[in-house]
Amino acid sequence: MIATWTRAALAVALLACLAGGVRPADAQAPVELSFYYPVAVGGAVTKIVDHLAAEFEKENPGIKVKPIYAGTYQETIVKALTALKSGEPPQMSVLLSTDMFTLIDEDAVLPFDDLATSADDKTWLKSFFPAFMLNSQTGGKTWGIPFQRSTIVLYWNKESFRDAGLDPNRPPATWAEQIEYAKKLTKRDASGKVTHWGLKVPSSGFPYWLFQGFTTQNDVILMNQAGTETYFDKPAVVEALQYWVDLSQKHKVMPPGIIEWGTTPKDFFERQTAMMWTTTGNLTNVKNNTSFEFGVAMLPAGRRRGSPTGGGNFYIFKKSTPAQQAASLKFIKWITSPRRAAEWGIDTGYVAVRPDAWETGEMKRYVASFPPAAVARDQLQYAVAELSTHDNQRVTKALNDGLQAALTGTKSPEQAMKDAQREADRILRPYRK
Amino acid sequence: MTTRSSVNGQGWLLLLPAAVLLVTFTHYPTVATLYHSFFSTAKPGRPSVWVGADNYRTMVEDPVFWQVLGNNVWFALGTIPASIALAILMAVWVNGKIAGRGLLRLSFFTPTVLPMIAVANIWLFFYTPGYGLLEQITALFGLPSHNWLGSRSTALPCLIVVTVWKEAGFFMIFYLAALQSVSPHLHEAAALMGAGRWYFFRRVTFPLLMPTTLFVLINAIINSFRLVDHIVVMTKGGPDNATALLLYYIYDVGFKFWDAGYAAALTLVLLVILAAFAVGQFLFLDRRVHYQ
Repeated sequence: MIATWTRAALAVALLACLAGGVRPADAQAPVELSFYYPVAVGGAVTKIVDHLAAEFEKENPGIKVKPIYAGTYQETIVKALTALKSGEPPQMSVLLSTDMFTLIDEDAVLPFDDLATSADDKTWLKSFFPAFMLNSQTGGKTWGIPFQRSTIVLYWNKESFRDAGLDPNRPPATWAEQIEYAKKLTKRDASGKVTHWGLKVPSSGFPYWLFQGFTTQNDVILMNQAGTETYFDKPAVVEALQYWVDLSQKHKVMPPGIIEWGTTPKDFFERQTAMMWTTTGNLTNVKNNTSFEFGVAMLPAGRRRGSPTGGGNFYIFKKSTPAQQAASLKFIKWITSPRRAAEWGIDTGYVAVRPDAWETGEMKRYVASFPPAAVARDQLQYAVAELSTHDNQRVTKALNDGLQAALTGTKSPEQAMKDAQREADRILRPYRK
Repeated sequence: MTTRSSVNGQGWLLLLPAAVLLVTFTHYPTVATLYHSFFSTAKPGRPSVWVGADNYRTMVEDPVFWQVLGNNVWFALGTIPASIALAILMAVWVNGKIAGRGLLRLSFFTPTVLPMIAVANIWLFFYTPGYGLLEQITALFGLPSHNWLGSRSTALPCLIVVTVWKEAGFFMIFYLAALQSVSPHLHEAAALMGAGRWYFFRRVTFPLLMPTTLFVLINAIINSFRLVDHIVVMTKGGPDNATALLLYYIYDVGFKFWDAGYAAALTLVLLVILAAFAVGQFLFLDRRVHYQ
């Protein structure tokens, strides 16, 4: 009796194996892809993504794409890496461009060079703004494809400019002008209390990103392309931090302490500040919520103009079948085609990632009706890679802690940057072979 | 003999579902955490190896660890006595015969029902410099503007206030239940003896509430190490780690830095702290508590 049962069970198991073995060879079965993506700006982004996936499926009947909204950038990488460690990662994911080294170190992703081998594919790899590729390539390989990318820009309130006797159509172009304008724009009541600030540069959460605006403008970079060295204690970096600290402590045109990233746009709507630095991703948000005339400009120049890029790239996960990898590549090529890139940029406020997307009729019409949309693109020629190293989040935290210590006055800029560099050196030592 | 063992067997069977859950989700993870804390974090090409007490040595030398531990002590000292005192006060108040009692009870309990994430977002607005609620009030008195969450000195106290506000209503429910089980005869007897209200509270009500206080105290201590949702929303541990608590730091190390070994060592410290409190409370305080 028992033997019969065992035999039956074996037979069933064998059948199951056979069925499992046969299925992939079945040419009729569609290739299924899932990808995780985060949402980091306002608006109905999930609807836009679902719509794009449906459009792609219509044009490519053999491929099924399942977009999975996974929370913030941080939550998305946690989910993707946890799924990877449990053995079932998604086939693709949109993750921060700065997660590149982490993903390589976890052996999670494939370089696009392995998949994009045809001549057409190779031209495609070269079709993006070079500034966006800085965070997408290392060691001669391309690991991420730019998708939802941004830079920092300056927003200014034209009414406040007019009230302060400034030309409402001329934003500050240099560091000196930024301070001079901000001084004129800062208003105090009889008791000396500030009722209206000149400028707000947010410093909560990820101050390193905004700090890179200052360092780039002071003509210094924070890390090497290999992601193994940081230069936090260079004199030019300390100087950049001193300028940021001075805005509130010496010139008193910016509130002291840490300025919350999330409420800065609201401070701008509420006329609490005449100028603010924030991402281009907030453009649509600002456009819909301001009751006054506003302008968008490139960040003011120190020794040069400059801003880091930011935002997310597409990655292809290693643990997927060749058919899935080919299909993933097809999808990413489709979604970054000029037409789709333009559509995505207009719908969300992100910078369309390739120059030819800006030549499409749709995009041209959009820019003509709303010129601020082109500011971020024009700034790209001055843009540098966002801070990204091996063990990225840990190194970034060392810098963030130092920046906040300096901005809250607990450490001098020099001391803060020295401490941050020491910590970064300790973390990065194992990666320097 | 047979009956006895079958009774035993039945007992074990009845315990089995709970025991399986406990072992799977509590005991096994605890042991696994201890085990993993002695290993390095696995990286592709660099498998996990035995490193002995290395993770603990790192911890001793890690200034951020000491800071978050200190923050956590301040957070506990700030939240526990205040929320318990407030809970008793509110419970005694809404236990009396006053007009609109139901509404008052409801309003005290509301913060408990709201999700912490929502609460934190509301308070984020309260604390906003310039036009936040707190600033609008202080401005009425002509006080200077202050960046509440953006200064090292006020950020943690601000989070403590949110937590007290959130927790006191929850603890109030337990005190209210306990107060309603206090016999009215005691009150009459005390009144006959000419005891004042404060004397009655101090000598009769409060001692009778001790079992509840012990229960609430344990919960409050656990919560002071367990609540981190508001940190994620309000400060992300900043400025410069001023508001990072132990659990928040464990999340950072475990899921941002992906350093599982070190995160396991930190988790073990948290477990030891909580276990020490639990043991201390049950062995020491429990004996001094009068149960009716």
